[in-house]
Amino acid sequence: MIKEISLYTTMYRIRRFEETVLDEFKRGVFSGTTHTYLGQEADAAGVIGSLQAEDIVVTNHRCHGHFLAYGGDMRALFAELMGKATGVCGGRGGSQHLHWRNFYSNGVQGGIVPIATGMALAEKRKGGQTVTVVFIGDGTLGQGVLYESLNMASLWSAPLLIVVENNHIAQTTPTALTLAGSMAERFQAFGLTVNELDTSDVLQIQPVAWRMLAEIRASSRPQALILNTERFGPHSKSDDTRSEEMIEQLKASRDPLKFSEARISKAELEPIRTQVDEEVGAAFAQALTDPFPAWEAQP
Amino acid sequence: MSRTVLDSLNEGLLAALRQDEKVLLLGEDILDPYGGAFKATRGCSTAFPDRVIPTPISEAGLGGLCAGLALRGMGPVLEIMFGDFVTLLGDQLINHISKFRWMYNNTVTLPMVIRTPMGGRRGYGPTHSQTLEKLYLGVPGLTVVAPIAFEESAGNLLRRLICESDQPVLFIENKLQYLLPLHSAADSGELIQEKFYAASDPQQLYPTYRFTLKGAPSASVTMTAYGYMAELARQAQLKLAYEQEIFTELITPTRLSPFELQPLIDSALRTGKLLTIEEGTLTMGWGAEVGARAAEAIPGLNCLRRLAAQDTPVPASAELEKTALPQVDDIIDSVRKMV
Repeated sequence: MIKEISLYTTMYRIRRFEETVLDEFKRGVFSGTTHTYLGQEADAAGVIGSLQAEDIVVTNHRCHGHFLAYGGDMRALFAELMGKATGVCGGRGGSQHLHWRNFYSNGVQGGIVPIATGMALAEKRKGGQTVTVVFIGDGTLGQGVLYESLNMASLWSAPLLIVVENNHIAQTTPTALTLAGSMAERFQAFGLTVNELDTSDVLQIQPVAWRMLAEIRASSRPQALILNTERFGPHSKSDDTRSEEMIEQLKASRDPLKFSEARISKAELEPIRTQVDEEVGAAFAQALTDPFPAWEAQP
Repeated sequence: MSRTVLDSLNEGLLAALRQDEKVLLLGEDILDPYGGAFKATRGCSTAFPDRVIPTPISEAGLGGLCAGLALRGMGPVLEIMFGDFVTLLGDQLINHISKFRWMYNNTVTLPMVIRTPMGGRRGYGPTHSQTLEKLYLGVPGLTVVAPIAFEESAGNLLRRLICESDQPVLFIENKLQYLLPLHSAADSGELIQEKFYAASDPQQLYPTYRFTLKGAPSASVTMTAYGYMAELARQAQLKLAYEQEIFTELITPTRLSPFELQPLIDSALRTGKLLTIEEGTLTMGWGAEVGARAAEAIPGLNCLRRLAAQDTPVPASAELEKTALPQVDDIIDSVRKMV
């Protein structure tokens, strides 16, 4: 069993990282775009916190939280967002395109799912116990290649966990305006076991993820986990058309940090928070002074 | 009976399966006894039942699946039944497969080959006859290759790409090329064949050939063509020499993209005249890029022509198709207009 303080630390690191990114974007420190994970931290902490060292994570444009939960270096992530040589991918990828150890992300919806399926099948052929986890959003359910992948993953018994983070909104469009039918039945139709949760409490997510990963390791069958969640920030930087009142309501009722803070003693919380605040400050400051990469025409 | 390009490619696949147990073949209808729509995989599933995988009709998903297999150390080879269907692979080839190595700062490799037959002349009509590789030429991070009818540039090239390249390759075959007898390097008839490798190809995977006529006076036109069109260009080259006393050099690359101008530039510098020949449609085609690069490199290039398919869909009617696609006589006419 993972201690809650450890899950909380992961969530708080993500929260502070993402808040810093949004704040500093306004000051022109970062260029390009970003998609923050504010409000969804319990998904990454619960699922990725339950992985084994050799497991693979494949994810999407909203990937900072997943990267940090996976153990990725905070300074390298800040530096990547700044386009620095010390970034995760030397500044070539930016916010949406990260690779480190068994962590891969890409910024196009849907296409990562067959890739994750292929990775799962490669590891199965090698004979290990590796599980591949792919994170998608509710918006990704509109992509046809997802359903090709579900068919192949089930047909060839890929050890794959598909996590749908349903934050109920795709950029600015409520999911209800673009999605017909049932989310769970989409996966069930291809023979996948599905679990669906509607919570932002990491202690409800983590045990389910843990159990599903164990089942996938034992059966080598794909499964799907639908996590209903809420996004507190804009899709990217400033494109939120929801009312402030609605966002405040979401923060009051669905904040993953608050669920855990209510259960952890202040004496335990405060040093962790101080330590993370210092870590974020130092990582940001260090990334700021890091050099930009040189252009290589023929890498 | 002489061996064909198809025999060579089939043996190349079998040899790759034998050479490296990480190699997997995937595709639609590739199992024996059918052995693929054009029989390139015949015998493979019988010899390697666990490593030849029949797939659903899911080209986009399969492109991604193979990328995942390759990123995790396998050597997938994907057959796309008709070249026309490479459109379905667009997102995977452009936004995923070709990007990963570079955008992940050279920390990954993708040893994968996607093979597919292009081309018309079989009356299959607008969606089963196209030559679409131009859509993928110039995509950074993607290598596009077209075999020709030499062992080293057909089955052996395919085997080497599968076993020795760690980058994604789109391997463009051609339906009529399958039936061509293999030429041997030792016996290339009346043509002298010379071989070149680009400096950017240290493994010497991708030969570029220069064909000239034995004992002929210096050439007056440089032709360039790849794949099956290179075969038609060779036929035109002989006819031009014997029937019209017009002498040409033919430059045939096997790697179309990324693209190196040599030895084309040396030849065009001598002749001052360049004809590009392709089976894809004319507008925004391979010949446009080759011609533009040649014009930039050769100030004295005084005559440049492109021969390609008409800018229409490929008709099903055999008579109309003959008009739509470039024929040997069209090559001859084009050269005659240049001298």
